[in-house]
Amino acid sequence: MDRIPILKFGNCLLVTIQVDMHDELALSLQEDLTAQIAKYGSRGVLIDISSLEIVDSFIGRMLANIAAMSRILDAQTVLTGMQPAVAITLVELGMVLPGIKTALNVERGMDLLKDYLAQNEEPEESDGSEE
Amino acid sequence: MALKSEMFPVMCSADVVKVRQVVRQWAAQLNFSLVEQTKLVTATSELARNALEHGGGGSMLAELVEDGARKGIRLIFDDKGPGIPNIELALKDGYTTGGGMGLGLSGSRRLVSDFQITSEPGRGTTVTIIRWK
Amino acid sequence: MSVFQDVMKSNEGAILAGWMGELESSTRRSDLINDTDLRRQGEELLRLFTAATQLSSDVQSDAFASTREFLREIARSRMDQGFTAAETALFILALKQPIFTALKSSIKDSSDLIEEVWLSSNLLDKLAMLTVSSAVGFREQTILRQQEEMMELSTPVVTLWDGILALPLIGTLDSARTQVVMESLLTAIVETNSQVAIIDITGVPTVDTLVAQHLIKTITAARLMGADCYLSGIRPAIAQTIVHLGIDLVDVQTKAKLSDAFALALKRLGKVVTTIKQPVAKNKDA
Repeated sequence: MDRIPILKFGNCLLVTIQVDMHDELALSLQEDLTAQIAKYGSRGVLIDISSLEIVDSFIGRMLANIAAMSRILDAQTVLTGMQPAVAITLVELGMVLPGIKTALNVERGMDLLKDYLAQNEEPEESDGSEE
Repeated sequence: MALKSEMFPVMCSADVVKVRQVVRQWAAQLNFSLVEQTKLVTATSELARNALEHGGGGSMLAELVEDGARKGIRLIFDDKGPGIPNIELALKDGYTTGGGMGLGLSGSRRLVSDFQITSEPGRGTTVTIIRWK
Repeated sequence: MSVFQDVMKSNEGAILAGWMGELESSTRRSDLINDTDLRRQGEELLRLFTAATQLSSDVQSDAFASTREFLREIARSRMDQGFTAAETALFILALKQPIFTALKSSIKDSSDLIEEVWLSSNLLDKLAMLTVSSAVGFREQTILRQQEEMMELSTPVVTLWDGILALPLIGTLDSARTQVVMESLLTAIVETNSQVAIIDITGVPTVDTLVAQHLIKTITAARLMGADCYLSGIRPAIAQTIVHLGIDLVDVQTKAKLSDAFALALKRLGKVVTTIKQPVAKNKDA
């Protein structure tokens, strides 16, 4: 079965969804991403959907799940490149995507992640207390 | 009033992908705008998935219809599954029996021009949607 | 019917002349069509009509196909030229008088005459109806096209600064127009890679629940895509209406004036407007 490739980009992971995903593919993406975040200790996940012409509630749920799971593993998810028609349809559907930041394109998304991670950097010597 | 009519099985996830593509093609041929196409294909995805996951599989009948001057696409999703005991409840935003977001039925209704649903526990569910140009 | 067919065949010339005479005295509209074109159209139509009547008396039959096509063309060109649908119908109906004249001189028996007159009148009525329907259809198409063009023209998206778009809305917002507005704005955001879009409603007379919902949807969609959307140009009256209607704008950044929204957008982009302290020295470049 084909799987969606995940690229490592510094301390972030980059995924470009280009195909009309069927359910099993979407689920394996969730698994793969979570596995890789844990493996590399990634702090950011960038999912580019500029090629996705349809985002239905199932895909929406998948994205929300990925964001939630990443959060638990201390990584921030950014969604980039949503097409206008998709955005309009999602709003009409009434779907909200909690915990996901969005950006117009991959470049902006990377900047967003960098800024966010810089703001939330942990102190070098951890004395057990949170900032 | 159906100018064209074709039946498609919805028995596995590959079928859901297929019917999305078919509806996209039909909508494009009718010169629907990009947003209208996206709305209809998204509704198709929701309802096909419902038929598959809650109805145990079924079919989609796609028809090109005409009503006086206007043309449209009619899609009839049918399954012989357990049926929906409380349709009114099912049509509320957020109601879900499958751990989803509960937007499949209620959301689809907002994406199309006409929406009709009949369901009988033990007999199955039929959802008919029409998007007029 | 066969008498009618014979009469048509043998009197084509006289009928044409009679027809042109009828038109001359009634709705000539020589400002819209000249004599030559009118005569040419009349000749062609009469030719097609006469040929068709030799084969059938049913206007929907194949025998009348080229007649119907020609009438559609006449309807289209008349609409383009500025004729009314009624004037276009009269063009066809004016054929009745010369045909009746020809029938009267060929048929002696009055009950036969009535029969043929009725049949031919019926035929021409149907053809006139067809022409009017086509004409009205073309008119509706034109109106639709103009409406679309107007909608596009009236929703210009303006670049205020690199990364900042403004959408000044003028006029009433109905459902159809708001869709167009939404799509233009969102497409423009992607094309210009803008981070902030300002929707200014100074020119919108009333905001009701439906309009507010549409605006909120647009703003939500823009946010989903990764851009920020501000609402400006809210007049006090509109602010009152929004509160009275119980519309919740809690998530939307709003400003009374477009300039304030612009300043906010600049700040959002990390840009600042300052005064140039010193004028550029004149003789800097030798």
